[in-house]
Amino acid sequence: MKHYWFTEEHEMLRRVVREFSEQEIRPKIRELDAKEEFDRSILDKMGEMGFLGVCIPVRYGGAGMDYLALGIVSEMLEWGDTAFRETISVHVALNSLAIFQWGTEEQKEKWLIPQARGEKIACYALTEPNAGSDVRGIQTRAVRQGDVYILNGEKMWITLADVADHFLVFAKTDPEAGHRGISAFLVERGAPGLKTGTIHGKLGARASNTGWIVFEDTPVPAENMLGEEGEGFKIAMSALDNGRYTVAAGAVGVIRASLEESVAYAKQRTAFGQPIANFQLVQQKIALMQQRLDVATQLVYHAGWLKNQGIRNTRETSVAKWYATEAAFASANDAIQIHGAYGYSNEYNVERYLRNAKGAVIYEGTSEIHTLLQAQYALGYRKDKPLRRELPAYDPEEWTREA
Amino acid sequence: MSILVWIDHFGGKVQSASWETLGKARSLADATDGRVAVAVMGTDVRDIAEQAIAYGADVVYLYDDPVYEHFRLEPYAAAVKDATTSENPALLLFPATTRGRDVSALVACQMDLGLAPDAQEVSFQDGKVLAERPVYSGNLIAKVVVETTPAVVSLRPRTAPMPEADTSRQGEIVEKGAVIGEDAITTQVLNFEEKAVGEVSLTDARIIVSGGRGVKGPEGFEPLRELAQLLGAAIGASRAAVDAGWISYDHQVGQTGKTVRPDLYIACGISGAIQHQAGMRESKIIVAINKDPDAPIFQIADYGIVDDLFKIVPALTEELRKRLD
Amino acid sequence: MKFTVLLKQTPDTAELPKITPEQALAGNQGVTKVVNPWDEYAVEEGIRLKERFGGETVAMSMGPDEVDEALKSALAMGCDRAVRLWDESFEGSDVWGTALVLAKGVEKDGGADVILTGKMSVDGNSGAVAHGVACKLGVSLLTQVAKIVDISDGMITVERLLDEGRETVRAPLPAVVSVVKEINEPRYPTFIRIRKASRAKIPVLTAADLGLSPDQVGAAAAKVKWTELVKPPAKKREVVIIEGETPEEKARKLLDYLMNVEKVI
Repeated sequence: MKHYWFTEEHEMLRRVVREFSEQEIRPKIRELDAKEEFDRSILDKMGEMGFLGVCIPVRYGGAGMDYLALGIVSEMLEWGDTAFRETISVHVALNSLAIFQWGTEEQKEKWLIPQARGEKIACYALTEPNAGSDVRGIQTRAVRQGDVYILNGEKMWITLADVADHFLVFAKTDPEAGHRGISAFLVERGAPGLKTGTIHGKLGARASNTGWIVFEDTPVPAENMLGEEGEGFKIAMSALDNGRYTVAAGAVGVIRASLEESVAYAKQRTAFGQPIANFQLVQQKIALMQQRLDVATQLVYHAGWLKNQGIRNTRETSVAKWYATEAAFASANDAIQIHGAYGYSNEYNVERYLRNAKGAVIYEGTSEIHTLLQAQYALGYRKDKPLRRELPAYDPEEWTREA
Repeated sequence: MSILVWIDHFGGKVQSASWETLGKARSLADATDGRVAVAVMGTDVRDIAEQAIAYGADVVYLYDDPVYEHFRLEPYAAAVKDATTSENPALLLFPATTRGRDVSALVACQMDLGLAPDAQEVSFQDGKVLAERPVYSGNLIAKVVVETTPAVVSLRPRTAPMPEADTSRQGEIVEKGAVIGEDAITTQVLNFEEKAVGEVSLTDARIIVSGGRGVKGPEGFEPLRELAQLLGAAIGASRAAVDAGWISYDHQVGQTGKTVRPDLYIACGISGAIQHQAGMRESKIIVAINKDPDAPIFQIADYGIVDDLFKIVPALTEELRKRLD
Repeated sequence: MKFTVLLKQTPDTAELPKITPEQALAGNQGVTKVVNPWDEYAVEEGIRLKERFGGETVAMSMGPDEVDEALKSALAMGCDRAVRLWDESFEGSDVWGTALVLAKGVEKDGGADVILTGKMSVDGNSGAVAHGVACKLGVSLLTQVAKIVDISDGMITVERLLDEGRETVRAPLPAVVSVVKEINEPRYPTFIRIRKASRAKIPVLTAADLGLSPDQVGAAAAKVKWTELVKPPAKKREVVIIEGETPEEKARKLLDYLMNVEKVI
């Protein structure tokens, strides 16, 4: 679908990422999904091509593209499989963009550049066994001792936990101060007392690596604090504005794939002597998928456009994520129905789409959280205040400047 | 009117496409009271010239010289041009083999002649040569008229019937030597490594013999392999056979395997569920061998045998062996 | 060293079965287009040769504005420059007209040591452009190339993939090399290269630039004319059930059909 906001660069990027998904992900994904295996070789290829620094300025090791490009990459990777879009969500959106937005020059040099180049893999460690939507309820502690903070606690449901070299960790520096008592830390694998593990048995996104992280008296140099002490909650939330955007864009990819495969199948499969595409109840499902694809596309790339302009987009991103992930789940469900019993088996992709799509209506703000957010905005109970550091607007000249 | 046919051979072994092409030229010439000339290049290839007469040539230009030992475009194109000058034909006809396509294209360009490569049909009309050639990778057929005389056409293998050889036929052999000497040839052949006989890959295969649940076990693929070897075919399988562990995944045809478009797909003991069809329905000719007359595979097959594959497949191998000998 | 890759923009192979004769005659209108898949291997090899022997790799194509997209793909993969050859008088060129334009393009661009192209295009299927360009330039021609072994002392050594085996051949430079897909695995473009390529301004050389007059190229000069373009007759898929007393009889009858009627064996 052509859009006035997409340039030739975006169209080329879309073609290349689609081809990448088609050739590198789709042929392997059924097996990876069945075995719950994260394929590191795919991640390495993504790194070489520039996926891992897609919207990071060239001087920080990135490709110097804009935030729409981040959306396109997310969409067309998830068209292949959710696993590799999740990689982009945590490595680029939740971690690298947070460093880009909040980090000091020294931190960008040390952490962002190798991440954008794909030399180091990064993840985002907020959720805990007993704290998901309730971010204030996190229990990981960071206690200052001279030049270091000592971290203790446990993180859960962390994408790339067992793969990442760099961790953006949120911990309480002042347990009495509520959300103002949370601070953000950049931690390297190899730090004493840091252990990770993989969680098996997920319903979907089984080719993605999801795991846990444990900190036992892990010392983190004070200079590795991202932002100021007590600024962690704001950093976490601003990072989610970017993470949710990639989740929403990925959901567009699920809808697109569901629609494409349903159309192909409905034209080929015959019942009662004619292609099932001729039946109006099948057509209705196809029509709904098209409608969801169009609406979700508009919502997602509008949010991307706002990011490019440097306009705060917490509400717009939230509504895009809420709508697109629900629409993806509904579309995958319809696609299975169109495929009949075959759709219920892993002979076709659509059952995987349904399993994958379910995760996205839970993580990065459940649909319930987004429903409440939208109500609060509409009722005037919630307003976004300017942040100390905003996500920089896309400046093509600045972004593409070499060295 | 005359037609000049170039004969492709490798080390004296003639490609059957050459004789098909000669047969086609013969039938075109017979319809117009014309004659058929043949150009043969090689070393010690007089027997090919004699065979060419048996297959329908009236005259053979025989370029027998060490310079033609290996196929090289420069001396071969020079010889074809020499034969063209001697014969002054209305049509230069080549088998569309790899070498045939190479030498026809170069000769046509050097002589500034119109070229219709890889044609499946060729005819004369009002003194012009018409050809039909598959384009868009076989998805469209272009009907073309060649505006030059002679016209240059290469004929796709297996589009004309193999002619019968008649050793009593008489014809003239015109001995020709090297047209250009070794010193004028810049291309040197340094080495040749014969292809090891190995398995044919599924996606490149012209013929695929494929097995499904009906082969009953890994050993059930054996008769299929024997047939495939005789046919130069690849071995395919349905998901049922692969999931059962009877054959490896790289043989799987279908939705979750490979998509193939061979000339001939022989489905043995495959029911033909929609996801298998997705990978093979574009095959040119589909043969289904299955005990169950209601198997969906028969709905998309061109030829069907309702019988036990373990009886039919060996019978096919046996009969084919007889015919190929 | 200078390596020039001749490429064509063709329909995406997935689209080929859907194309109607009308669309094809109207320049593949409304069809997703890509770099001819065979030519992608030539682009990759052109880039690898530059990496091996140093120098410059140029992508060149004949065609209207839209062909820039294909040339930009070649730039994104790693070609240094792109040149497009177009003039209204080129419209309707046959394979020799196309070869003449490309040969003149190579000459005008300052010549090249190795001129690479794919084995054939997925739409025209002639597989003769390489022959035409070599002939018009009067240089060596190497087809079916599966490996470039060496380039040194003004000679190129390659391995050619034949039906019967692999042949190693040496020929003097400059040479036109048409490649088969066994030669390499084309790389993906990097995002940085995509960004730069998408903004590239590709120079166009016209008939006047190439010193070509209208009677040398285009439909006027074509030595082969397409009179008609049709879909192959639709397959009926009416199954012929082969009956017989014995398996042997059934096998005989089936082989008669396959060998004598369908001619697929």
